[in-house]
Amino acid sequence: MVNAEPPLSLLLELTHKCPLQCPYCSNPLALERGGGELDTAAWLEVIDQAAALGVLQIHFSGGEPMARPDLPQLVKRAAERGLYSNLITSAVLLNAATLAALAGAGLDHVQISFQDSEAAGADRIGNYAGGHAKKLAAANLVRAAGLALTLNFVVHRHNIARVPDMIAMGEAFGAGRIEIANVQYYGWGLLNRAALLPTRAALDACTAAVYAARERLRGQMVIDYVVPDYYAAEPKACMGGWARRFLNISPSGRALPCHAAETLPGFDWPSVREHTLADIWNGSAAFARFRGTAWMPEPCKSCDRREIDWGGCRCQAFALTGDASRTDPACELSPDHAIMAEAAREAERAAPEFVYRRIGANVGAAQS
Amino acid sequence: MSETARIPAFRRGVKLRFDTVRDTWSVLAPERMFVPDEHALAVLKLVDGVRDLDGIVDELAAIYDAPREVIAPDVAALLQDLADKGVLAW
Repeated sequence: MVNAEPPLSLLLELTHKCPLQCPYCSNPLALERGGGELDTAAWLEVIDQAAALGVLQIHFSGGEPMARPDLPQLVKRAAERGLYSNLITSAVLLNAATLAALAGAGLDHVQISFQDSEAAGADRIGNYAGGHAKKLAAANLVRAAGLALTLNFVVHRHNIARVPDMIAMGEAFGAGRIEIANVQYYGWGLLNRAALLPTRAALDACTAAVYAARERLRGQMVIDYVVPDYYAAEPKACMGGWARRFLNISPSGRALPCHAAETLPGFDWPSVREHTLADIWNGSAAFARFRGTAWMPEPCKSCDRREIDWGGCRCQAFALTGDASRTDPACELSPDHAIMAEAAREAERAAPEFVYRRIGANVGAAQS
Repeated sequence: MSETARIPAFRRGVKLRFDTVRDTWSVLAPERMFVPDEHALAVLKLVDGVRDLDGIVDELAAIYDAPREVIAPDVAALLQDLADKGVLAW
């Protein structure tokens, strides 16, 4: 087998434990319990192997990665191996002492999730009273410590009108970067789609606000923007293509080409408990399955964009059509594209209650 | 302050690092990375938060044995481009 280009990014889901319960969480519906998590030595070994394999950026994520007491130790190892380290955090566990330990370990960048620009809406989404205030305090500490700061806002029908306020928050904190990321509708997000998907009109206003701010803040603040696939004409290049740049390790050590890949049936996901990262990346059937273009059906196979969007998202194709190898329905050339417009009609109706992200949530009842 | 005395610096969280696996230099930043072209790399290697534009042009003129007045506008344009991309404060 020809070796693939080495991966650039590695995301470690250190734990699925999290104080927040956001109804669009990117973790799987079947959350892993703490007892099954990799231990410190196993994570250190993953970091060593990743650097040797060619990974340049490492993302410490979860769940809430700060729920792992060994996080500073892992960050220190990443720095020693020359990896650029990102902490992806809710920040509700961040205080002067925990931040000092991470900064001392060599952390490069902190990304704090905010659920809204105002406390009532934010705390309702996270189902965590007082969370927004803690995040504001944490963002101030990150700035004071001199670390690069990103504010991440996940956007949906309940907060999309406040995108200009979110951008203003980024400016007020002197953040180098903000993310205005519409919910991606997999897993928990898909389960809550009718409660979250904004209308086309609301999205268009949001897009206009983001583009204007980008122009105004050029050179001061980077604004990354993610739209919902439901209003797109072309699919996104999900993960930059299956197993082309990125890999993800679940709390128990399963290696995945994206956070949502465990939703796909028929895969035997390799574990770092049993295989090296190099063997997983270069030799596993799971990582080879949708890599490149050979697997593609029409209309992807003959499309000029096949090496731009790589056929879009496999998890979305499976979730919406039942077949992971079909063209992503987000593409207007997909025979299944009408599914997207049908779903978008949900956005015109009253929003149902959230199904909050909880270990042991009654997901089956909500789906039926 | 005159244009030529302005001092470029890497923005917070941005690093130039040698990638030993791919045998190339990379610029690493929050959720971003790219391989700078030959010209950008030559400039970035001289950005240390102390040297001003004049100093960078002096160094490059010596390294490439090129006239200052030819390379100075290119270097200024390159620094502005890297600033617009969020790599440098400039």
